[in-house]
Amino acid sequence: MSINRGAMIALGLMLALVALSLAGPWLNPNTIEALDWSHVASSPGLANAHWFGTDRLGRDLFVRTLEGTRTSLSVGLVASAVSLAVGVSYGAVCGYFGGRTDYWMMRIIEILSGLPLIFFVIFLTVIFGRSEALLFISIGAVGWLTMARIVRGQTLSVRRQEFIEAAVASGAGPGRIIAKHIIPNVLGPVIVYATLTVPQIILFESFLSFLGLGIQEPHASLGTLIAEGAVEMQGAPWILLVPGSFLAVLLICLNIIGDGLRDRLAKEP
Amino acid sequence: MIRYFLKRLAGAIPTLLAIVTLSFFLMRAAPGGPFDREQTLPPEIMANLQKAYGLDQPLWVQYGRYLRALAHGDFGPSFKYKDFTVTELIRQGFPVTLQIGCMAMLLALGVGIPMGTWAALHQNTAADYATMSLAVAGIAIPPFVVLPFLGLLFGIYLHWLPVAGWEPGSIRYLVLPVIALTLPPLAVIARLTRGSMLEALHSNYLRTALAKGLPLRTVILRHALRPALLPVAGYLAPALASIMTGSLVVESIAGLPGIGRYLVQGALNRDYTLVMGMVILYSALLIVMGLLVDLLYAWLDPRVRFDA
Repeated sequence: MSINRGAMIALGLMLALVALSLAGPWLNPNTIEALDWSHVASSPGLANAHWFGTDRLGRDLFVRTLEGTRTSLSVGLVASAVSLAVGVSYGAVCGYFGGRTDYWMMRIIEILSGLPLIFFVIFLTVIFGRSEALLFISIGAVGWLTMARIVRGQTLSVRRQEFIEAAVASGAGPGRIIAKHIIPNVLGPVIVYATLTVPQIILFESFLSFLGLGIQEPHASLGTLIAEGAVEMQGAPWILLVPGSFLAVLLICLNIIGDGLRDRLAKEP
Repeated sequence: MIRYFLKRLAGAIPTLLAIVTLSFFLMRAAPGGPFDREQTLPPEIMANLQKAYGLDQPLWVQYGRYLRALAHGDFGPSFKYKDFTVTELIRQGFPVTLQIGCMAMLLALGVGIPMGTWAALHQNTAADYATMSLAVAGIAIPPFVVLPFLGLLFGIYLHWLPVAGWEPGSIRYLVLPVIALTLPPLAVIARLTRGSMLEALHSNYLRTALAKGLPLRTVILRHALRPALLPVAGYLAPALASIMTGSLVVESIAGLPGIGRYLVQGALNRDYTLVMGMVILYSALLIVMGLLVDLLYAWLDPRVRFDA
């Protein structure tokens, strides 16, 4: 019970953070691009409208951090959806057809998961420019391997059951059986793993943005803000501390929620 | 067992070849080249440069040449760091990266395993919750956030350790980067050990061992730890990947002269050979680690056989 109480607190905190990041633009008069030359690198406080202070260019850190949180969350959700879609269909096809198809498709997964995939994402983002669409796809493309394995394992046990046989007997094709009968029955573990994928992907995106390969100026993600802050650490530590804390809280909450969900679902037969 | 080892080693060659091929052509698919500057070079100079590095040849010829050189252990010249071959660059930087990587790995194992064991022995006490909360934080917070925080605390406010920099032979500069690198794998190892240790503690053979009157310490170290380490062994390759990835950023934040910076910079500069060298080196390291893990499995769990 105590684990779930922890997960509920994390969920509440997480929802508050989401609400804050969505409501951000209406709470504070500043915009992400406006430069306030009278308050350059000013410290946090309620004396002026810069509640979290400003960065070296006089941009408001409150507004920028909330924008960064929004970006990180949306990347996390979209890229997880990509990895979910790819992983579930791949895994279901492997598990359903079995035999030689399964063997070769799983060999591909084995080889891919042996590779340092982060390098390929760095490659892709460097090579094909830095569009956000590509960022979503390439990050999502990295996350699907484990998902495919999980779904394959589940599918193997589902496809031996009678209702699949019944579906085959009534003339349903493999596409229809996978979409209508197999996928709905493997969703439990998939949802748990997807919840744990979101923080991994947010972490990954902020890593890329930190390296300068992700979100580009004037837009901000938590990764780019942390990169800016790390440079200014000595004179203006809040430029690092504010986005750093937001990222830390966000990731911790998501991880606790995922763990709680897993514990909960694992107990149910 | 030696036969198995050799077989696996031979099996790694096609994988490595696939990696080389894929990254070679991916890299060449990129727009731009290594000699693009702010001001465009005169076409004659450009042609000469291209010719000197063999870039005027068709892609297949270049690929063939690269493979032949690679078979002789030659990674080729760097395009960006003039007068250096990739082998030289790697030879200069790799010892530093290897040093912090090994330190981080040893620390992750040396602290993570006792931490997980301790948490398991005190299951559902405040000690257990505290350890596992720390582990969640360790998993969630990436090195590039931890390192600046540590630098702020220990470097700028407390003046205990330098924030960044490098001096050969001095360990002071390595402390903070190594701590930042080790935290994520340490946290995962602590969690894995706790889980499997709990399972081992509730097993029948452990009850037997205790019933014989063996002291708890012996029972834990001799009987429970070995099977409990199996999931940790399985995690070693991902741990290595996590440390490698972390070193890409940690080295640049801490100003260490390792090879971490070469990958991203090399890719941005279209320094084809340097990037290829890095990808090959890292992939080979991961493959070897995977092999070592399999051998370790057999040592930890005698039921594992090398029949396949």
